[in-house]
Amino acid sequence: MKVTVKYFASIRETIGVGSEQRETQASSLAALRDELIALGGAHAESLARGRAVRLALNQVMCDESAELVEGAEVAFFPPVTGG
Amino acid sequence: MPSHSTPRVSIQTADFDLSAEVAALRAKDPRVGAVCSFVGTVRDRTAGEPGTIASMELEHYPGMTEKSIEAMIDAAQQRFDIFGARVIHRVGLLQPLDQIVMVAVTSAHRGESFQACEFLMDYLKTQAPFWKKEQTPAGARWVDARVSDDKALAKWGIALENTSLNAPD
Repeated sequence: MKVTVKYFASIRETIGVGSEQRETQASSLAALRDELIALGGAHAESLARGRAVRLALNQVMCDESAELVEGAEVAFFPPVTGG
Repeated sequence: MPSHSTPRVSIQTADFDLSAEVAALRAKDPRVGAVCSFVGTVRDRTAGEPGTIASMELEHYPGMTEKSIEAMIDAAQQRFDIFGARVIHRVGLLQPLDQIVMVAVTSAHRGESFQACEFLMDYLKTQAPFWKKEQTPAGARWVDARVSDDKALAKWGIALENTSLNAPD
């Protein structure tokens, strides 16, 4: 299925793009993160297990157990620091 | 009733006028007996290092930012007996002394406004998708999230963590 993956802040800077379309077989956000880590390079560095990475599915914060669906917008970003 | 022409949430590069915002929030609403507002401003320092922050860049997640703050205002209205709420958050390049965020709430009596205003700020600090990057003499650095902000939200009985490795939701 096709999904849109967005990156913000330090993760966006490391990966070098703010958004990418991906074809994936992942059934959950955890599996999608694993796929991205398996790409190596900047993806592996910025999304590595052991880093505080927060996720959103269709613009709502969620945890990695969330189910991935066709056309989903998934975002990976560091802990937020607004206000 | 508050005017429907004013949105509850604005994400903008432009500065804001607290007095005008408060006036609009309580206009023509004689039920209002209390207005509480909070304004956050950009400091030139962290941890006692005056003058170390030359400027600050605010990034956000367009779409999600507005939706998440709308949801926080809904939660505040469920929890507290308030009439209106208005949140403005600036993005882009800001300088020390600039205003960065405003929360204003109206209610019949002061207690509900004070509480709802603090609740909204505590929620926003850890759950709205904004990121600050500071320019310092040593270069640019992304601001670290603070555990104390998670604790501030926890005191409302909301166990959402921003800083932990596996942030639960």
